[in-house]
Amino acid sequence: MRLLILLLTSSLALAAFAQSGELSPSAPDGLRKGATLGQDLPAPPIAGDSRDVKREVRNYPEQPPVIPHVIRDYQVDKNFNRCLDCHSRESAVQAGAPMVSVTHFMDRHFQVRAEVTPGRYFCTQCHVPQTDAEPLVESDFKAVDEVIRDSAKGGRE
Amino acid sequence: MKRLKLYWNLLRKPSVHYSIGFLTLSGFIAGIIFWGGFNTALEVTNTEQFCIGCHEMQSNPYEELKNTVHYTNRSGVRAECSDCHVPHGWTHKVARKMEASKEVWGWVFGSINTPEKFEAKRRELAEREWARLKANDSLECRNCHEFDSMDFTMQDPRAAQAHSTALANSEQTCIDCHKGIAHKLPDMSGVHR
Repeated sequence: MRLLILLLTSSLALAAFAQSGELSPSAPDGLRKGATLGQDLPAPPIAGDSRDVKREVRNYPEQPPVIPHVIRDYQVDKNFNRCLDCHSRESAVQAGAPMVSVTHFMDRHFQVRAEVTPGRYFCTQCHVPQTDAEPLVESDFKAVDEVIRDSAKGGRE
Repeated sequence: MKRLKLYWNLLRKPSVHYSIGFLTLSGFIAGIIFWGGFNTALEVTNTEQFCIGCHEMQSNPYEELKNTVHYTNRSGVRAECSDCHVPHGWTHKVARKMEASKEVWGWVFGSINTPEKFEAKRRELAEREWARLKANDSLECRNCHEFDSMDFTMQDPRAAQAHSTALANSEQTCIDCHKGIAHKLPDMSGVHR
């Protein structure tokens, strides 16, 4: 009985101590801004899908183009690939969608096949849709044209 | 046998004790009770609660439906199982309910009671629904989605193009393009979409 009381009081004391903030130093201001380590902040609102279909220029030649439309509920599995419903070689023209590039038909020996190869089958491994979310951390990424322009400018000076 | 004969004779004889008014009225009231009861029971089998009362429906098709826009969306309109799988009109509904006795058979013998069995039968089950919706001109879709109320200018160009041509002149019906909108698709090899 005595042991039980001791356990109970010590756990209560510990809980009170944790609450007091001594164990909760503020977190580095990274992805979860303004919170301490022990604090739960409400989740930020889910970023909205952009509804206007607008293709974006690639930032460098090998960039997988981003998906300019909503892909909610798209089924991409062994049975069926909803993306290829429009982007496949046969359907692209009729659907008015860009065809998957020829690299997707190459197997690991660079042999071009008739169908998209399994290695390139899961579209969202490389291609992602865009939302109206603000970037979580600042990025000093520059598109390739900018890099070239800047270095050319630097060379002239 | 003797008792059966007695009842038969009783049924054949005109009533001695009860007035024709009483008999007509009680027949009328009994009719209301039985007919109403029948329809109520039929409606009960149309509820989502009834459909997912069996675990094969609960853990396979219902789980898949939950991810789709027909289950949850911003305006809060939900299509239940019966909205798409049972016609609303009475005659067709009863016909469909009679067909559904096959599903009781499937339940008793557990034809899709594991995910593996369901997956193996997926194409067959899907094809049956595609054929049914093709045959009735996507009747269940049209219970909510009315062609006459569609605003093509609000649709994206590709959808507007398809709806204003193939759908407008009844060459194609909803299910021809919109397969797998509420459940996952089976292996689609050889299916024209």
